[in-house]
Amino acid sequence: MTPKRKQKLWVILGLVSLAAIAVGLTLYALRANINLFFSPVQIAQGDAPMARQIRAGGMVKEGSVARDPDSLDVEFTVTDYVDDLQVVYSGILPDLFREGQGVVVVGELQADGHLYADKVLARHDENYMPPEVAQALKEAGYSPADYQTSAADK
Amino acid sequence: MWAFIHKLGSPRWFYGMSAKMQPWFWAAAVLLLVVGSLWGLAFAPADYQQGNSFRIIYVHVPAAFLAQSIFIAMAVSGLVFMVWKIKVADMAATVMAPFGAVMTFVALFSGAVWGVPTWGTWWMWDARLTSMLILLFLYIGVIALRSAFTRRDSGSRAASVLTMVGVINIPIIKYSVDWWYTLHQTASFTLTSRPTMPTQMWLPLVIMLLGFYCFFIAITLMRTRSEILRREASKRWVQELLTDPMLSTATKKAR
Repeated sequence: MTPKRKQKLWVILGLVSLAAIAVGLTLYALRANINLFFSPVQIAQGDAPMARQIRAGGMVKEGSVARDPDSLDVEFTVTDYVDDLQVVYSGILPDLFREGQGVVVVGELQADGHLYADKVLARHDENYMPPEVAQALKEAGYSPADYQTSAADK
Repeated sequence: MWAFIHKLGSPRWFYGMSAKMQPWFWAAAVLLLVVGSLWGLAFAPADYQQGNSFRIIYVHVPAAFLAQSIFIAMAVSGLVFMVWKIKVADMAATVMAPFGAVMTFVALFSGAVWGVPTWGTWWMWDARLTSMLILLFLYIGVIALRSAFTRRDSGSRAASVLTMVGVINIPIIKYSVDWWYTLHQTASFTLTSRPTMPTQMWLPLVIMLLGFYCFFIAITLMRTRSEILRREASKRWVQELLTDPMLSTATKKAR
C-alpha cells in the first residue's frame, strides 16, 4: 500500500470512529428517552411523571385480568416480576393480548397509583411454533417462551 | 489473491466475469424464491398465537437482512473506492443504493402490515423502527447526494463518505432491541444461536433469505454491467463490443 493510500485509510477510519463515538455518547445520554416504556419498577420508584401521557410495559400478570361483563372496561396488572402496576382500560384489546404476554400501555398515571390507559399494545416474543408444538410443550411442563431452552434439553 | 482483487478492479474483466456468473445467480434466485414462498405461504404451519399473519416473516426478515447487508456492502465499496481508487467499487455502490432503499421500504411496510394484527398499531417510535426509518433516509440521502454534484467524481466521494459514516446506524439497528425497551421483539433469526422456531417454519425462512441474497447479487451484477458500459462508453473495448459483435466474441476468445 502506498503511503498516500495508507494515510487516506487512516483518515477515513478516524473519521468513522469519531462519528461512532459521537453517536454512541449521544445515545448514551439519551438512553432513558430512547426506552419506549417505563417498567413497573421504574414507576414504583417514581421515575415516571404523573398525569402526563406515558408508556408502561411489562407482562400481564397471570389471573389478573378482570373484565366488566356490561362494558369494554377491563382492569389488569402489568408486572416485571418485581413490582406491579394496576392498569385501567376501556376499549378493544389487541388479539394477542393475554395473560403471561408482554404489553405496552399508553396512558396517564393518576394519584391512586393506577395507570389509566388510552391504548393497549401487545408485544410478542421471538418464538414461533405451530399450535401442536405449543400444546406439546405445555404438556411437558414448559411455557412456550422456553422454546429454545426446551429444544436444547432434547 | 491480490491478483484476483486487481482483476476484479478492472471494468473490462468484471464485465466478462459477471456475464458468466449472472445466469447462475438468476436461476438460483428464481428457484429459491419460488420454493421458499410456496413453502412458507402454503405449507409451513401457522403460528400458535398469530395464526397466518406470522407468514409475513418470510418477506419481512429477508428484506430487513438485505437492507442492512446492502448498506454494509456499499460502505465497503466506498472504502475500496476512496482508498484504492477502484472505479468498479463505486459503480457497484451506485447501483446497490436504490435496491437497498427498496428493501428497507419493504421491511418497514411489511412490518407495519404485520404490526396491525399483532401489536395493535402500525407504527411506534421505538428504537428498532426509528433506526430502520433513519436507514431509509440514509439510503435516500446517499442517492440524492451522489446526483447533486455536476462532477461525477465529487458525487462519488461525497456518497462514499456519507455511506461510511452512516454505517454506524447498522449496529444500532441490530442491537436496538437488546439495548433498549422496544415494542419490537428480539431477533428470531440469527446465525449464531439455535433457531427460535421448529424446522418446518425455519427452513422456508432460510430458503427465502438465500433467495433474496441471490436476487440481490444477480441484480447488482446486471446493473453494474450497464453502469460499466455507461461510464466506460468512450473506452475502446466498449466501443468494439457495441459496434462489432463478431469482433467482440473474437476478442473474448483471444483472452
